[in-house]
Amino acid sequence: MSGPSTYQPSHPALQWFEKRLPLIGLIHSSFVAYPTPRNLNYWWTFGGILSMMLGVQIVTGVILAMHYTPHVDMAFNSVESIVRDVNYGWLLRYLHSNGASMFFIAVYIHMFRGLYYGSYKAPREVLWILGVIIYLLMMATGFMGYVLPWGQMSFWGATVITNLFSAIPYVGESIVTLLWGGYSVGNPTLNRFFSLHYLLPFVIAGVVVLHVWALHVAGQNNPAGVEPKTEKDMVPFTPYATIKDGFGMVCFMIFYAWFVFYIPNYLGDPDNYIQANPGVTPAHIVPEWYYLPFYAILRSIPSKLGGVIAMFSAIIVLAFLPWLDSAKTRSSKYRPLAKQFFWIFVVGSAASPRRASTSLPAAS
Amino acid sequence: MTTTSSAQHTRRDFLYVATGAVAAVGAAAVVWPLISQMNPDASTIAAGAPIEVDLTPVAEGQDIKVFWRGKPIYISHRTKKQIDDARAVPVASLPDPETDQARVKEGHDQWLVVIGICTHLGCIPIAHEGAYDGFFCPCHGSVYDTSGRIRQGPAPLNLPIPPYAFVSDSKLKIG
Repeated sequence: MSGPSTYQPSHPALQWFEKRLPLIGLIHSSFVAYPTPRNLNYWWTFGGILSMMLGVQIVTGVILAMHYTPHVDMAFNSVESIVRDVNYGWLLRYLHSNGASMFFIAVYIHMFRGLYYGSYKAPREVLWILGVIIYLLMMATGFMGYVLPWGQMSFWGATVITNLFSAIPYVGESIVTLLWGGYSVGNPTLNRFFSLHYLLPFVIAGVVVLHVWALHVAGQNNPAGVEPKTEKDMVPFTPYATIKDGFGMVCFMIFYAWFVFYIPNYLGDPDNYIQANPGVTPAHIVPEWYYLPFYAILRSIPSKLGGVIAMFSAIIVLAFLPWLDSAKTRSSKYRPLAKQFFWIFVVGSAASPRRASTSLPAAS
Repeated sequence: MTTTSSAQHTRRDFLYVATGAVAAVGAAAVVWPLISQMNPDASTIAAGAPIEVDLTPVAEGQDIKVFWRGKPIYISHRTKKQIDDARAVPVASLPDPETDQARVKEGHDQWLVVIGICTHLGCIPIAHEGAYDGFFCPCHGSVYDTSGRIRQGPAPLNLPIPPYAFVSDSKLKIG
């Protein structure tokens, strides 16, 4: 994706095809000949790991959709029958549900890597913003996917999150009714969430193509944060990056498999094995772990609209980062103060779920 | 053919703008059904018709929960003390000032009818809980009094009152 390819296929049939659609040349220049900085460390393998996870989620998700029934009376049981009755259904379901968590683990590492090494700085602003858009789409997809099993957490998570929109002055209530397709979260809501949950991964795939395109125009950042000066600073993507990414993916898959095969429900909530009941709210409504830092913000602010604004701002501010950080040095390796604040931010984000999951003291 | 750009507005400019305007209206007309289909459908609206509730079995001090439009409605048969508590509080001191009298039907002061959905983020508060013997929301700790008015916690507003009327002294019509 970086300029016209010099690739010439040797087989006449491929030459014939290449003249009409230079597809192989595009792949060759993007993933074979493409020069990558030779000092990339393993934090750079998470882009490849994320592509793999998107693939895993789409494949397992399309298959799960063949067995799932998006109806309030049948959704919960259809998920249970996938796990119990469908051949290897347990595997597909746990690959998909844990896959979402793995996807977010990988994306958070990927984002923190970008923050640490200043990958959002010029000339990679558009690349970074496309990443923020992918992250937002992932959050929407993950949220709607969590609603589909129609357990207690599914139902009440959906209720709390859709009600966030009611904080909007004047039109909030109408927007919430429009989202629900009823007067409360119900069958129409479940149906449309299923439809959108199926659609959005393909939208993500589209934005990923733009993300990779923008990456290959600007070139990769590297741990030094200094643009490569000569050809000697670079190595071709294949075999160097391909093998390194491949090794990263295999290691990540071991970690992923450990969850799928040994603790498949560790990251879930036991309340979601109780069918949705609009009459009873669980004692502690908590979203999936990957939203907890934002939920902590929502809960910490004693005003509804204020909490909602603060929560969304915490995500949107990322898009403005390239202009908020005016330092000329990219990598935190050479920014001692930025490095300290980076680690404070990492620890703060990791610790915030405690704030979200402990219940507020009862009024007395 | 010569093309001359003129500072004057020409007939052609008018045609461009007019064509664009028609196209915009057409696009909006096409988008409308695509958005409108998301709103409640006819069966959902029909299922949201008024319901009648018999109040005879509800003893003093008891609460019942009925469902209307998929929302829980709390009907509280309040005790004398609960009514007095609700009326003793200075209205101006409330986060969402409203008198108890405005929240019940005159002559049926013992009956409080509220939508049991926390105005914070839509959880269901528990009746007869919290410091004011009203409602307590377990999700984020909002506390409502015996009139369903918000007293503590993150919720911004009082519990909403559904549209309802007394058909007779012991029969309530909600909706």
